Amino acid sequence: MTATTPAVIDIIEPPKPLSRILYEFARRNPTVIFGSALLLSMVLMAIFAPLFAPGDPLALAPARRLRPPSETYWFGTDMFGRDVYTRTIYGARISLIVGISVSILSTVIGLTIGLLSGYVRAVDAVVMRIMDGLMAIPGILLAIAMMALTKASVENVIIAITIPEVPRVVRLVRGVVLQIREQPYIEAAQSIGTRFHRILLKHILPNIMAPLIVQATYICAAAVLIEAGLSFLGAGTPPNIPSWGNIMAEGRTFFQIAFWIILFPGLFLSVTVLAINLLGDGLRDALDPRLARRM
Amino acid sequence: MAEAAKKGNLLEVTDLKKHFPIRKGILSRVQGYVYAVDGVSFTIGHGETLGLVGESGCGKSTVGKTILKLLDPTAGEVKLNGTKISDLNQAEMRPHRREMQVIFQDPYSSLNPRMSAGDIVGEPMFNYGLATGKEKEERTRQLFARVGLRAEHMLKYPHEFSGGQRQRLGIARALAVNPSLIIGDEPVSALDVSVQAQVINLMMDLQKEFNLSYLFVAHDLAVVEHISHRVAVMYLGKIVEMTDKRSLFTSPQHPYTEALLSAVPIPSPKMKRKRIILTGDVPSPIRPPPGCRFHTRCPYVMDHCKVQEPPMKEVAPGHFVACHLRQPGQAMYEIAAHATMAPKAPATTASH
Repeated sequence: MTATTPAVIDIIEPPKPLSRILYEFARRNPTVIFGSALLLSMVLMAIFAPLFAPGDPLALAPARRLRPPSETYWFGTDMFGRDVYTRTIYGARISLIVGISVSILSTVIGLTIGLLSGYVRAVDAVVMRIMDGLMAIPGILLAIAMMALTKASVENVIIAITIPEVPRVVRLVRGVVLQIREQPYIEAAQSIGTRFHRILLKHILPNIMAPLIVQATYICAAAVLIEAGLSFLGAGTPPNIPSWGNIMAEGRTFFQIAFWIILFPGLFLSVTVLAINLLGDGLRDALDPRLARRM
Repeated sequence: MAEAAKKGNLLEVTDLKKHFPIRKGILSRVQGYVYAVDGVSFTIGHGETLGLVGESGCGKSTVGKTILKLLDPTAGEVKLNGTKISDLNQAEMRPHRREMQVIFQDPYSSLNPRMSAGDIVGEPMFNYGLATGKEKEERTRQLFARVGLRAEHMLKYPHEFSGGQRQRLGIARALAVNPSLIIGDEPVSALDVSVQAQVINLMMDLQKEFNLSYLFVAHDLAVVEHISHRVAVMYLGKIVEMTDKRSLFTSPQHPYTEALLSAVPIPSPKMKRKRIILTGDVPSPIRPPPGCRFHTRCPYVMDHCKVQEPPMKEVAPGHFVACHLRQPGQAMYEIAAHATMAPKAPATTASH
C-alpha cells in the first residue's frame, strides 16, 4: 500500500423528490396518516367551529328542551334546549386545547428535569424520589385535589392535569439518558472537547426525541380523557364553557329519556382519543431506530 | 523511530492505578474494589506506536480511558508533553484534549446516529473554534479525502456506512484537532480482516504524515506486530513485559508472553509450534493473587512467586520484564526457544 489510501467507492443514490418521499412514508405508515388526518379534521373543526355550527352553544330555549335528533337539531337538544350539535363542536375546542397544552407542557417540563436527572447524578437521587411520590397518586385524584384548591378555569385544568403527567415523561427521558450516556459516542464527544450543554443538546436530546414524541401523543390522549373525567365529576371546566366532559355530566341524569346528550360528545371523545393513539402508535413504529429504513 | 523516541517523551505514565469501587446494599457502601489497572508505567515517544496487548478483562482499555481522563485515575501520574494531566478537572483538561484523541473499538456505537458524517468530523473543530462555516467544510472535505472517504459522504448518516468506513470517520474525527497522540482502543477488532488491513495501513500512513504517536490497545498479536514499534503485555492490571517489537516476538522473556505468542496461528500447514496451554482462568481482578499475579497459571511457578511480587527489571537494553526467573541484564533465551517454530511431529503438540 502506498502513502495514499485508495478512495472507497460506492454507489450514491440520487436524491428523491419530496413528493416521492412523502408517498413512501404514507405507504409504509398508514396508521400515522389515518390518525393524523382524523386528528387534523378534529382540530380544523374546533378552530372553525362557528362555520360548522352557526348557532350559539349557550343559547337557551326552554320550549324546545330534550328534543331528539332531527333535521333542525342534528344531535338533539339538552334539558335547557341548547343544541347538542353546536355544543359538541365547541366542546372540541376545550378538549383539544387541554390535550395539546398538557402534552406540550408536561413534555417540556419533563424533558428538562429528565435530562438533568439522567445526566447529573446528584440531581437524580432527589428528583426521582419526588417523581416517585407524585406517581404513587392516581393522576385523576391528584388533578381533583388540585382543582379543589383553585377556582375552575381552563388554565387551572391544564395545570392540574400537567402535574401528574410530568413524572411519566421524567421517567422515560431519564431512562433513555441513562442508556445513551454510556454509549461510546458520548465518550467520543467528551474526548473531542464537547462542552456539557452541547453534549446534552446535540448528542443526547436528538436521540430522545422519538420516544418522547410518542409519549407526548399518549399524554395528549390521556389529558383529553382526564379533562372529560374532571368536567364530568364537576371538578373541571366551568359549566359556562361547553366541554365534552360537562355536556356528558349534564346529560347523565337524563340518560334514560335523552341518550343523545351523552352519546354524541362521547363518540367525539372516543374518535379523538382513537386518532391521537393511532398517531402515537404509528409514530412509535415509524421512529423506532431498530426499524429504521431508508426513505 | 527509536531516535524520535529519545528526543523526549510525548506521554509518560507512572504507576497508574484505576480501582473501581464495588457498591452493594441500600446504602451503597463500598464492599471492595476491582483492581482494573494496578500500577502501570510506560512512555510513548513522538511518532512512536506502543502496542498494549493482553486478554479480555486485563485492564488494557481502562488504561486508555484513564489516560484520556474519560475515567479519573485512582493514583499515579500521567504526563502529556511534560504537563501533568492526571489530576486536572474536566474543565482544566479541555485544552489538553486537543493533543490526544481516541479511536473506539465499536465503529457503530461510537458515532452519534443522529448526526451527519460531516457534522461528526466537523464537531471537534467547532468545539475548539478552529474553523467555522466554509473553512470548516473545506477542512472536513480534506479530512474525508485523507481517510479515503468521498466528499459526498459528508451528508450521509452513520447507518449508511460500512464498518470500515465508519472507522475511517472515527479516524477523521480524531485527526480534526491535529492531535499528537491517538489512543486506539482496539480500533480494528470489530472489523473484517481485509478491512482491518486497510484501516491499519491508513493509520500507519497518517503516522508518517503527521508524526503521530499511537497507544494501540489490542488483543490481536498479528495486528500489534504489524503496527507497533514497542509492545507492552498486560496481565491482570499490570504490565508484565515491555520491549521493542522484534525482541518481544523473537525472544519473549515472561512466561505469559511466551504462552500468548504460542497461541498465534502460523499460516502454514507444515509448521506447528509447541503450544503452551495455560490452565485455569484469569483470576478475578477483585481479589488478585498475592505475589506474582501470574503464579496461579505459570508453568514455571516457584515458591517465592506466590508471596513476593516481581519488580520490573531491565533484562536487556530497553527490554523490561517482571518475573522472578529473570535478572537484570540477563535475558534468558532458553525458554524462548520453546516458542520458536518446530517441525510438526511431537504427539504433545496441541493442534490449533
